[in-house]
Amino acid sequence: MYSFEPNEEQKMLIDTVSRFAHSNLRPASHDADEEGLMPLDLIKKGWELGVLQASTPEAYGGFGEHSSVNGVLAAEEMAWGDLAGTLAVMVPGLFAVPILLAGSEEQKSEYLPPVVEGDWPPYTAAIIEQYYDYDPNELRTTATLDGDDLILTGEKSYVPFANETKTMLVFASLKGQTQGIIVPNGLSGINIGERQKLLGINALPVFQVKFDEVRIPSANRLGGINGHDFSPILASYWLATSAMALGVSKAALEYAIDYAKDRDVFGMKVAQKQSIAFMLAEMATEIEAIRTLTWEAAWMLDTGKEDAYKEAYLAHTGAADMAMMVTDRALQILGGHGYIREHPVEKWMREGRSFSLLVGMTII
Amino acid sequence: MIEFETPKPISQQSLVLKTVAENMMRPVSRYFDEHEHEIPWEYINFMHMAMKATGAGSLAPKEAPKKDAEGKERPRISYQILAFMLEMLSWGDVGIYLCTPGGGLGAAAVQSNGTPEQNAKFLARFGEEKPAFGSMAMTESQAGSDTSAIRTTAVLDKEKNQWVLNGEKIFVTGGQKSLLEGNGLVVVWATIDPSTGRAGMRPFVVEAGTPGIKVTKVEHKMGIRASDTASLVLQDCRLPFENILGSPEVIQEKTSAGFKGAMATFDATRPLIGATAVGVARATLELLKELLAKEGIIIRYGLPRQKLTNIEREVIDMEVMLRSAWLLVIKAVWMADNCKPNSLEASMSKVRGGDVVTKITQRAIEIMGPIGYSQDLLLEKWFRDAKISDIYEGTGQINRLIVARNILGYSGRDLR
Repeated sequence: MYSFEPNEEQKMLIDTVSRFAHSNLRPASHDADEEGLMPLDLIKKGWELGVLQASTPEAYGGFGEHSSVNGVLAAEEMAWGDLAGTLAVMVPGLFAVPILLAGSEEQKSEYLPPVVEGDWPPYTAAIIEQYYDYDPNELRTTATLDGDDLILTGEKSYVPFANETKTMLVFASLKGQTQGIIVPNGLSGINIGERQKLLGINALPVFQVKFDEVRIPSANRLGGINGHDFSPILASYWLATSAMALGVSKAALEYAIDYAKDRDVFGMKVAQKQSIAFMLAEMATEIEAIRTLTWEAAWMLDTGKEDAYKEAYLAHTGAADMAMMVTDRALQILGGHGYIREHPVEKWMREGRSFSLLVGMTII
Repeated sequence: MIEFETPKPISQQSLVLKTVAENMMRPVSRYFDEHEHEIPWEYINFMHMAMKATGAGSLAPKEAPKKDAEGKERPRISYQILAFMLEMLSWGDVGIYLCTPGGGLGAAAVQSNGTPEQNAKFLARFGEEKPAFGSMAMTESQAGSDTSAIRTTAVLDKEKNQWVLNGEKIFVTGGQKSLLEGNGLVVVWATIDPSTGRAGMRPFVVEAGTPGIKVTKVEHKMGIRASDTASLVLQDCRLPFENILGSPEVIQEKTSAGFKGAMATFDATRPLIGATAVGVARATLELLKELLAKEGIIIRYGLPRQKLTNIEREVIDMEVMLRSAWLLVIKAVWMADNCKPNSLEASMSKVRGGDVVTKITQRAIEIMGPIGYSQDLLLEKWFRDAKISDIYEGTGQINRLIVARNILGYSGRDLR
């Protein structure tokens, strides 16, 4: 059957997250971006909503089951409030979700409960690399086998909260395959750089991290000695960015509509001009189209369909283009005022550019 | 529940229709494109027989909900069934698809505007022994998007209790077959009071064989050449009073219920046009990938854009466009099946379908170079067939207007 109606449980989830996004995230959004800081109590409040917990089985400290569809619904709602805040809330998931998807039983039992039961605990992941053609499937950070150990060498960037983290999941190329490795912070050879300054998501502290022949037991390889399949993790990265792209785009569209309906020009409202009205119509259509594609991809991943990976990739590439187009147009519709930081549209446009390239920034 | 599982009846239907498309449409695509105005009778007779057996055919189905093994009402999927059917047949050949017998847009107009008695009376013919065709006549040479500018008049002869219609219609899809091939009908939109604009518009059923209506021209078109696009002249065309669609109150009042009825017809059919656009686009994209594969070009999904070749990027973008356009169609018809008002989604699916099929067919020929441009392949025909999707049954611009009004909360007066 086809159906586009969230069920009762999903409606409750959307409602809960939406209230947080409206009442807490959005009001803090502007200042957080200006100051480069999202208040900790706000992050913890988002964490307490329990999105990760609802996605984790009881056996590992949660109370639900992993659902890409639920994750997509929650991520869109939260990102509508504020993207950097959403990314911050979900940082521990960067460590936990890949373990849930691809870890061995021992790893799940050992590493998931402390994260899931913790109070926004200090875990993160490192995958993005500072190259123009960064490719999650062809990483330059390498892990080589040396007896019972792995030797990790390379440089990661955009690692959220690396300065405070206790343990991180580091992705490296092991015999040509992308593999996750659980790495405690503070090991010899790990060097955390200066905080990075970016085009957007300024409220999320991210760092470059250097690994200089860091020695890790092979047992820390995600999935155990024999490793794991990376594609479900990559598909989940893609779906997460698609969902958040939808949230940011929807926010921008709504703001542009409100402004255009209010602003007077040539004896009528700006929204009554066809060129503007058509821009808005196309923005709305694009969002709706990409949303259905993202939902289908999430459903395919949840139901184990063969083409799920490919569809998640299509959703990701469509969402990246959508977000850039929608946020750019939203700024344009506000004209000169859109260029001023008092309005959120220029911030959304700076965020709109991120989705194509920050694969691994977040996961559902 | 958020779900994307194709219902079994639809998958089964798709298998059958794919065979029809491959065996009865594609082999004769080029023939009927070159012999414009010849009628594809083999396809028509086959479809008539098949649709009588299954009860399918009208563009506005109304069926009683089926019950499952436990006696619970299964959700309706009749519009979804139609959407999948139209997509597959258009994948075969959209011009030939438009020759499918049955009520078509004419029946949709009857169902959106007529009383139950009128439905029974006028639609029975489409289930009879011989194929019959239904069409709708709205457009005039000076009135396309602005339907309220139509000048065809309908005057009531009170003595004889007959309507007298006078005027000229153009661009009537299937107009010739409706009047001259079998016992069909045309729903003609006329005004009962030209001074009132929209409020005077009413739909009238003109049955085949009615004196006073003539097919004066059949157009030579860029594409969909198998489909007859007719000009009709009505000269003192007399109709029984009951041939005006709607209940007596609706008829007498100076309301825009008539116009709204026209728009309701389009709300139902817009996603279906989106479906036909997707069918042509899918045919194009599939052939393009086949041709590229023969050249040793495969598409590598999962790579960052920096590593994709230009052709890979184009094809991937096409896949995003195609899939998202199709899902919008499904959502719009799902809403119709579930009795949710779907004006917004219907127009969105038409905007996107028209856009996507235009872009995909244009890019596909560009990529295939001199091969794409030649008539050795059907690719150039699909380029020509595609363009009308963004124009008929509400242009992409009108549909953007409808989407905009909807998201802005504006009436037609607020946003022109």
